[in-house]
Amino acid sequence: MGDMKPAQFDYVAPASVPEAVAVLAEHGPESRVLAGGQSLLIELRYRTTRPALVVDVNRIPGLSQVTVENGSVHVGALVRHAQLERARFDDPLAELFRQVAPYVGHPPIRARGTFAGSLAWAHPASEWCALAMALDAGIEVNGPAGPRTVPAGSWFRGAFVTACLPEELVTGVLLPRPPAGAVAAFAEHRRTHSGFALAAALVMLRLAEGRVAWVRIGLANAADVPLRAVGAERLMTGERPEQELFAEAGALAAAEADPPVAPHAPAAYLKHALSTLVRRCLARAVHHAGTP
Amino acid sequence: MNVRLTVNGRTHRIEVEPRTSLADALRDRLGLTGTTLGCEHGVCGSCTVLVDGTAIRSCLALAVQVEGADIRTVEGLADGDGLHPLQEAFAAEHALQCGFCTPGFLMLLAGALAEEPELDRDERRLDAVLASNLCRCTGYAGIRRAAARAAKSMRADGG
Repeated sequence: MGDMKPAQFDYVAPASVPEAVAVLAEHGPESRVLAGGQSLLIELRYRTTRPALVVDVNRIPGLSQVTVENGSVHVGALVRHAQLERARFDDPLAELFRQVAPYVGHPPIRARGTFAGSLAWAHPASEWCALAMALDAGIEVNGPAGPRTVPAGSWFRGAFVTACLPEELVTGVLLPRPPAGAVAAFAEHRRTHSGFALAAALVMLRLAEGRVAWVRIGLANAADVPLRAVGAERLMTGERPEQELFAEAGALAAAEADPPVAPHAPAAYLKHALSTLVRRCLARAVHHAGTP
Repeated sequence: MNVRLTVNGRTHRIEVEPRTSLADALRDRLGLTGTTLGCEHGVCGSCTVLVDGTAIRSCLALAVQVEGADIRTVEGLADGDGLHPLQEAFAAEHALQCGFCTPGFLMLLAGALAEEPELDRDERRLDAVLASNLCRCTGYAGIRRAAARAAKSMRADGG
């Protein structure tokens, strides 16, 4: 593959969001935003991206916190994967973050890479993108037209394509808080320890009076964008949490998927994996929830 | 661009291009070739160094980004002629063969053990950390033993 050094670019490290927005307003299409850099640096090295300007946002204060608000959890644009791996805030989401984070890269990657950066990157196999999709995250961006919040459902437009304009900066992610008592489960299948997800599923659910009162199911690498298995959620809501139902929901979730086929992984195999992972997550979540 | 890099306690002023990675700055500008470059895209971990105490891939950071940070490389591990407990343990447990990946593993573990001195007591956690880096000749059994040996020795030293 030859040279692994990036092509030349100019570099600027704005000290505030307005400063960064001003830079992007002027240089948008020929610039790239550098946050954790654990994907951008690779792209620069392969020269699959050749920006004239790299806008390093790491010096901007105030973007590194996870804030639990009344109805939502706010993740700043510079919150690293490692912070979420250690999440201890008082919300069922913390448990989901702790379960998913160990699957994102390795510890040195997680020390730098960011949650919001993953959503901006929009890799089809991204676990965080599946989480954002399943939980109706709002992606906050700021640009020449001012700040706006884009729902996850209209954020992901395709593999590595989002609704973010070249002039816009992702400043944070807003996650609606799941209902109190919700439990989380995550499961992933990959070929090797260091590979990306071949298939991954995450579940959050709440039981009430022996029935599924609320459930969310997210899928990674199930299409060119992250999926929320709405049909499977509908199937389960109001029902008794039993093995047959988990299997049925898994099959339904897989039927909704259109996974990217690889030579070693035909569609039928990937769908089978998705179905199994969803079933396992549901069983595990219900087990965690205990007998209500 | 002119940057000030503080490496192993010494501050250097060097001229780099924005595209210069921390790894290249260390090797080509400062002559600190203990940090090796394998894949140059974040997979192998041979270029692992500490930045403000945390192990990172120096191929996936720009030199201009770490101005003002405390950077530690394998050259800074030994205290004069006295090897660091990790270096002692790697030698004692035959945790290296060709040695190419060794500086990366040493810095990975230096960061991990500083953060979690009892890492060796949780085998799964230790394995998850060791899986960050690639070793293609010794295998991981010796490295795992060396990590445990170093952790014990560092605890005994009150480290």
